[in-house]
Amino acid sequence: MHNKSVAELSRELESGKISSVELTREYLGRLKKEDEQLNSFISITEEQALADAHAADEQRAAGKATPWTGVPFAHKDIFCTNGVATTCGSKMLANFVPPYDATVTENFRQAGAVCLGKTNMDEFAMGSSTESSYFGATTNPWGLSRGEKRVPGGSSGGSAAAVAARLVPAATATDTGGSIRQPAALCGVTGLKPTYGRVSRYGMIAFASSLDQGGALARSAEDAALMLNVMAGFDPKDSTSLEREVPDYTATLNEPLKGLRIGLPKEYFAGNLDSAMEQQVRSAIREYEKLGATVKEVSLPHANLAIAAYYVIAPAEASANLSRFDGARYGYRCDDPKDLMDMYTRTRAEGFGAEVKRRILVGTYALSAGYFDAYYLKAQKVRRLIQQDFIDAFKEVDVLMSPTTPSPAFVQGEKSNDPVTMYLEDVFTVAINLAGIPAMSVPAGFIDGLPVGLQIIGDYFSEARLLNAAHQFQQVTDWHQREPQ
Amino acid sequence: MTISREDIEKVAVLARIRVDDEQVSALEKDLGNILDLVDQLSAADTDSVEPMAHPLNAVQRLRADEVTETDQREAFQAIAPATENGLYLVPRVIE
Amino acid sequence: MQWDIVIGLEIHVQLATRTKIFSGSSTAYGAEPNTQANAVDLAMPGTLPVPNEQAFRYAVMFGLAVNAEIERRSVFERKNYFYPDLPKGYQTTQLERPIVGPGYVDIDLANGKSKRVRIHHAHLEEDAGKSLHDSFYDELGHGMTGIDLNRAGTPLIEVVTEPDMTNAEEAVAFAKKLHGIVTSLGICDGDMSQGSMRFDVNISLKPKGSETLGTRTETKNLNSFRFMEQAIAHEVERQMDILEDGGTIVQETRLYNGDRDESRSMRTKEEANDYRYFPCPDLLPVEIDDAFIDEARNSLPELPDARKARFMEQYSLNDYDAGLLAGDSRLAAFFEAAAERGKDAKLAANWVQGEFSARLNAEEKSVDDSPISGAQLGDLVVRIADNTISSAGAKKVFEALWAGENDNVDAIIDAKGLKQVSDTGELEKMVDEVLASMPDQVAQYQQESDPKKQKKMLGGLMGPLMKASKGQGNPKLFNEILVRKLGG
Repeated sequence: MHNKSVAELSRELESGKISSVELTREYLGRLKKEDEQLNSFISITEEQALADAHAADEQRAAGKATPWTGVPFAHKDIFCTNGVATTCGSKMLANFVPPYDATVTENFRQAGAVCLGKTNMDEFAMGSSTESSYFGATTNPWGLSRGEKRVPGGSSGGSAAAVAARLVPAATATDTGGSIRQPAALCGVTGLKPTYGRVSRYGMIAFASSLDQGGALARSAEDAALMLNVMAGFDPKDSTSLEREVPDYTATLNEPLKGLRIGLPKEYFAGNLDSAMEQQVRSAIREYEKLGATVKEVSLPHANLAIAAYYVIAPAEASANLSRFDGARYGYRCDDPKDLMDMYTRTRAEGFGAEVKRRILVGTYALSAGYFDAYYLKAQKVRRLIQQDFIDAFKEVDVLMSPTTPSPAFVQGEKSNDPVTMYLEDVFTVAINLAGIPAMSVPAGFIDGLPVGLQIIGDYFSEARLLNAAHQFQQVTDWHQREPQ
Repeated sequence: MTISREDIEKVAVLARIRVDDEQVSALEKDLGNILDLVDQLSAADTDSVEPMAHPLNAVQRLRADEVTETDQREAFQAIAPATENGLYLVPRVIE
Repeated sequence: MQWDIVIGLEIHVQLATRTKIFSGSSTAYGAEPNTQANAVDLAMPGTLPVPNEQAFRYAVMFGLAVNAEIERRSVFERKNYFYPDLPKGYQTTQLERPIVGPGYVDIDLANGKSKRVRIHHAHLEEDAGKSLHDSFYDELGHGMTGIDLNRAGTPLIEVVTEPDMTNAEEAVAFAKKLHGIVTSLGICDGDMSQGSMRFDVNISLKPKGSETLGTRTETKNLNSFRFMEQAIAHEVERQMDILEDGGTIVQETRLYNGDRDESRSMRTKEEANDYRYFPCPDLLPVEIDDAFIDEARNSLPELPDARKARFMEQYSLNDYDAGLLAGDSRLAAFFEAAAERGKDAKLAANWVQGEFSARLNAEEKSVDDSPISGAQLGDLVVRIADNTISSAGAKKVFEALWAGENDNVDAIIDAKGLKQVSDTGELEKMVDEVLASMPDQVAQYQQESDPKKQKKMLGGLMGPLMKASKGQGNPKLFNEILVRKLGG
């Protein structure tokens, strides 16, 4: 049962072969056992899950089912869940139980889905390895059988590892600079980062507001489409969400790809790309050609500046977004503060981990008097150049394809002491967030037994086309069906 | 680009994060490396480029002036570090 | 040495919207602490702002009322600093693209001249909460501050003037004029005691005639016209003392204590926060179109300048009286009710500005709190004008109305027996009797050649006359009869 997709589980529930309570019990049993090795969950909400499953069965019996009614899944612990601890992977929020739901949480509740718990993540979504979580690192299920402890990527490493290990069929995630796609690639699952503004950010704890976007981690494009059907849509509580119709993303999955114009950004295939990685990606692209797509080289002239722009803009926004964690109204407060300044500085020194503090300090510096123009303003200008590169490219092609990451999953501890090396993990992903366009990562092969991902990048609001392209690829390949031992 | 200890200490005060001497040394190296990375920006020709604050070219929607909220003080203060008489308590400000 | 004083103002005007600028929480004053602070106002994680249309409408109305350009595309910025009454750790405000651009206001001065004060801009922003430094203690006995966030997120417009004022009179005249404008527009309740309008005063001195501005200080959060006047006088004197002793002014923010007439430094420029403004990524640019501006323009009520002109025309008031009465929309409405009922507009104006305003001031009440209505005052004016009561009697009626003894003017006149005797035959009889009883005084009067002294002597005769008439004789008529009889 644990190997079934969301679509399959939905059909089984509909046919009455299994009840949601039975399904939920089975998943919970497996989750509690298997996650001891992975640490992909921060909390497992067994009682609530069973109550929700029971309610879902009643809904279904009453003939009021959606495709999600009774289907288990998990939320990244960045989405606020009413009455359930929402930590963002931080000591700062270790005791934080929000009395409200994120809009995404609310949407899944309305759809009748059964949340099994909250998945692990890099603290405040700042990281590419899920090693910076206050609740301990998550381990990638790939490589475990060889005794290797590899990272699942980050920041949505808990969601990706849990989906890869079949602990849940799907999980929510967020992507600020690659935090859905990079873990998807490293864990061999399918990840979708929608267009900025497509999914409400309300109740999704902010890292960098102009870059953050909620999305899906699942085993297939079809399941990602089912997730986006629930997640996408205008939210009056999020001024940056867009009033734009939400199509049924499953409706166009089977469109033929004949005539699809694929662009390969030459900057992403330049000199230092790992040859094994390039080989995997090129063979995936050949599958597309077999499906009738055409391929041409395109250029994103400012691609090499994306990391630099991102590591100014994201920390700058974060430095303000994280000011609310001050020990005054919720979350961690240091012991025995002697005055207000002491409360602020110790609460934040003790409550935040090293990477979060580094980014707050860099962001504060980039915005401070004397540096604002050279860093923040300059980065915003470069951001526009990067966006223009994509706009120009999409005049020539329908989608862009590239590797999702420079290499497969690395060993825990390998990069955690060197921030800049860690940042370079995002070299193929951050430009997409700067531009605000959608992208996916789909499993596209293995290097030394470790999965690699193909990144498919689309124009604004082209999620349906990306899902279609990913689904068609998954009809002719089985990389996404491989299971870690 | 190097960042001085003084700059780090100044920024840490602005960000209200206590850093001890040992941490300042580590930050000097880490932040210096990060700034080296972002210094690539200076190479870009951005004359006559408008800064981009937002990925989408959209305008703000405005909300009708209607009260939609009810008193949730109890729920919010149940998760507060310190309250009294409905007030949030914080250490006194020493100016 | 002679000094020129240079004054600029920053005025925070709380907008009278029902809800906050970025959330649907009520802005009603006086609720239990933190009962009107929702997840957004408390800066709970993941919450996001959604701007209130009415705040923009009010800001646009304000802009139109002060002859300003309306910015078609305004942007919100984050101003970063930590303080417990600022839940997000930044204030959402406008810096580069404020909603209201340059404008001006003309003020009337006591010397009869008028002066133009330029407005640099006005921007929309959110108010902070309140810190209560009562006696709260933690378990170790450390003093604690209580935070009430009901006010956090209340919409404000901050109006920033050019440094166009040269003394306290001008600054206060401007402040009062602005108060009149925002209350007439109905965009602010104008209640200064509740902090609905708060003033920051920037002051610098320069040698008389010098072109170069001196170093300025900012005195913050003055919440009455009187404190503002005192604070300016205090700060001018302080700076003058320093400069005349050869010292230099430190650019700093100061706090003025009106009860003690003292000020102290809050922070100097060196200690000033580095606010790290940047565009708020949770909000998009706000675009205001012509239709929105036209709608706001069409909804503009009569403003003080227009009202003043009308008062001069309609009620034949002089410039000064009309300016005073027209400046405050509620006082203006009160006056109009009194004038309409009382017929004699000049007399009504005198009473509104005299007895009525004095009484409000003495009891620190606003027009809204007045126990008497404009129409009641109008009734009183009618009885003064038709000689039913004397001005002394009128004061007694006013007192009775104010105290709520009765709400009917004629009933009070009857009950208190304040009706004047104006029957000349009856009055002449009384005069004859009194004069007959005081032959010495009569003789003295008739021997006196100085009319001033004669007038004084008449006063001495009034007492016995009023006594004889049990206080009800019409003093004006008594006077006429006396002059005639004595002079004859």
